[in-house]
Amino acid sequence: MSDVSKILIMMRKAPYGTIYAFEGLESVLIMGAYEQDITMIFADDGVYSIKKGMDTSAVGIKDFSPTFRVLEMYDIEKLYVDRESMEARGLTADDLIVEAEVVDTETITKLMEEQDAVLPF
Amino acid sequence: MLHLVNRSPYASTSLDSCVKFAKKGSPILLIEDAVYGAMAGTALEKKMESIMKDFTVYALKEDLLARGVTNVIAGITEVDYTGFVELVEEHKPTTWT
Repeated sequence: MSDVSKILIMMRKAPYGTIYAFEGLESVLIMGAYEQDITMIFADDGVYSIKKGMDTSAVGIKDFSPTFRVLEMYDIEKLYVDRESMEARGLTADDLIVEAEVVDTETITKLMEEQDAVLPF
Repeated sequence: MLHLVNRSPYASTSLDSCVKFAKKGSPILLIEDAVYGAMAGTALEKKMESIMKDFTVYALKEDLLARGVTNVIAGITEVDYTGFVELVEEHKPTTWT
């Protein structure tokens, strides 16, 4: 049996209101270090985690969004954004800090079904 | 894939997202506060019935009991903890929280 699992990280939360988004990023970095086959989806408020132009200095919270840019170095390159979630929030692909493929709901459904595990954050 | 939903449908979009992304025909198991969505005679009953056309909906008996939800929408299957385990054995689970 292969040591590599197909794992999908479903990011559905905004970055600072809860710990979910930060934990999702931490988990993905750990799993990437173990060379797992990672897919990351940004849907619902998860899209806000990769929005450009955040400045958290005045609220005393670390802006962890730049860390999404180093995922590539961990060979985590399968990043997808739910088109409907992005557009509903008035955002376009140009507003995102990472190069993520903008996809339809059906594509995400299909990706989820292909995984060994789907982890929600 | 088994889709677990654990937030009240009155307070959260978890159920909506689950229904949006889950493959048609998949089982959805309502647990914790999500079981309020299983109650009959509510503003959400019609929506649940429409969800039930595309998915098999279950609700966790222990969580229904804990919340005093006794009038469950016809067609929603009540499962206990053992039934929950059986569903997880049959399908890879994920959670909408």
